[in-house]
Amino acid sequence: MTSRPTATPTAPPTGTSLTEQVDRGPLSREEIARMVASDIPDGSFVNLGIGQPTTVADYLRPGSGIVLHTENGMLGMGPEARGDDIDPDLINAGKIPVTELPGAAYFHHADSFAMMRGGHLDVCVLGAFQVSERGDLANWHTGSPDAIPAVGGAMDLAIGAKDVYVMMSLFTKGGESKLVPECTYPLTGLACVSRVYTEYGVFATGPDGVRVISTYSITADQLQDRMPVELHR
Amino acid sequence: MPTITSDADEAVSVITDGATVLIGGFGTAGQPMELIDALRRHGAKDLTVVNNNAGNGDHGLAALLKAGQVSKIICSFPRQSDSWVFDELYRSGKIELEVVPQGNLAERMRAAGAGIGAFFCPTGVGTPLTEGKERRTIDGRDYVLEYPISGDVALIKALRADTLGNLVYRKTARNFGPVMATAASHTVVQVSEVVEAGHIDPEVVVTPGIFIDTVVTVPTPVSNPEEKRAGQ
Repeated sequence: MTSRPTATPTAPPTGTSLTEQVDRGPLSREEIARMVASDIPDGSFVNLGIGQPTTVADYLRPGSGIVLHTENGMLGMGPEARGDDIDPDLINAGKIPVTELPGAAYFHHADSFAMMRGGHLDVCVLGAFQVSERGDLANWHTGSPDAIPAVGGAMDLAIGAKDVYVMMSLFTKGGESKLVPECTYPLTGLACVSRVYTEYGVFATGPDGVRVISTYSITADQLQDRMPVELHR
Repeated sequence: MPTITSDADEAVSVITDGATVLIGGFGTAGQPMELIDALRRHGAKDLTVVNNNAGNGDHGLAALLKAGQVSKIICSFPRQSDSWVFDELYRSGKIELEVVPQGNLAERMRAAGAGIGAFFCPTGVGTPLTEGKERRTIDGRDYVLEYPISGDVALIKALRADTLGNLVYRKTARNFGPVMATAASHTVVQVSEVVEAGHIDPEVVVTPGIFIDTVVTVPTPVSNPEEKRAGQ
């Protein structure tokens, strides 16, 4: 386990009882994004990954004091730009035009990644192909020999943010669990993911393995039957 | 004192065959389009290019690749929806690719510019991108040894220079510019305007002129947001 002495753990306190919501369907993507947003502590500096994690911004509480970081050199990023506000010099890491909020700051790439590596960023939210029960992350490469490798800032974010939250579907289209004993896809970072949000449940990952925090449309026992990792309660 | 010119072709003529060229920009933001176009006209070949990406669409860096002048690209994210020029060259084996995590790309150039021989970095430990690299545990955390990336020439874009080469940038178009300016033996910057020394507040200078060799004025760059907005 990599030690990060400056990290502030924000995982739910041990002993939090499992909640099972079986009288509903799986969480929608919007509900997952809303849940991630509500779990980010007030005042955090946060990086939202490209794709689905970006939608978390839509559900951040007004007045939460959460400041968004984009690795291409900005703190205080505002919503996506529209119409006359579109400026090709003001984009996010997904190269989407965005806006600046009062108090925004610009900086160069080495400073931007120093913020991650140096332990100044509180939370990042990423997608994943697989997460291991220890919190290893695989999200940059499928391992397919004909795929052009492209990593961007994923490895820097994975080991840099104090807490890494993953948003993903729990199962592949073939029904295989993406929360696994050991990642079989090429790794992005070791022992870095602390929380995994999926349509069927929310999990904490770490040195003690996987703890199931909540389930949706299914019980923890039923989930356990479909998953190759032990679900601690 | 840097050379101040409006002649981009003259400015990039220092680039020789086989040179390593650091090219600023994140996607098209901060990409020095006019300098890249001049390099394409100049014709230097067998270049190693360092950039975050591997070209977008058919212009700028993509056009340089298409012209066959680049034999190797060092970048973090070559695969984009509009990187068809690179994709084709890569799949036909006509270009070498070194993928570097984005923060390492920046820090390795920062190290080059700061005279650092190498540094231990936690990024990528245990992943395929650090296989074979020297590893060390320091205070309980694992790191790998990363070496600097320096350039023969850097081509970057800023908003404004003064006659001493002090630079300010614009929004997220700053990205790799300040780091690349320090990491090359010779740095060429394109700016929208040059002002007299003293007309940029010393407190807001981002890149001090010591790092700049040539300033090329391009009053209305193709990626100028005002121009684009006016054109819509």
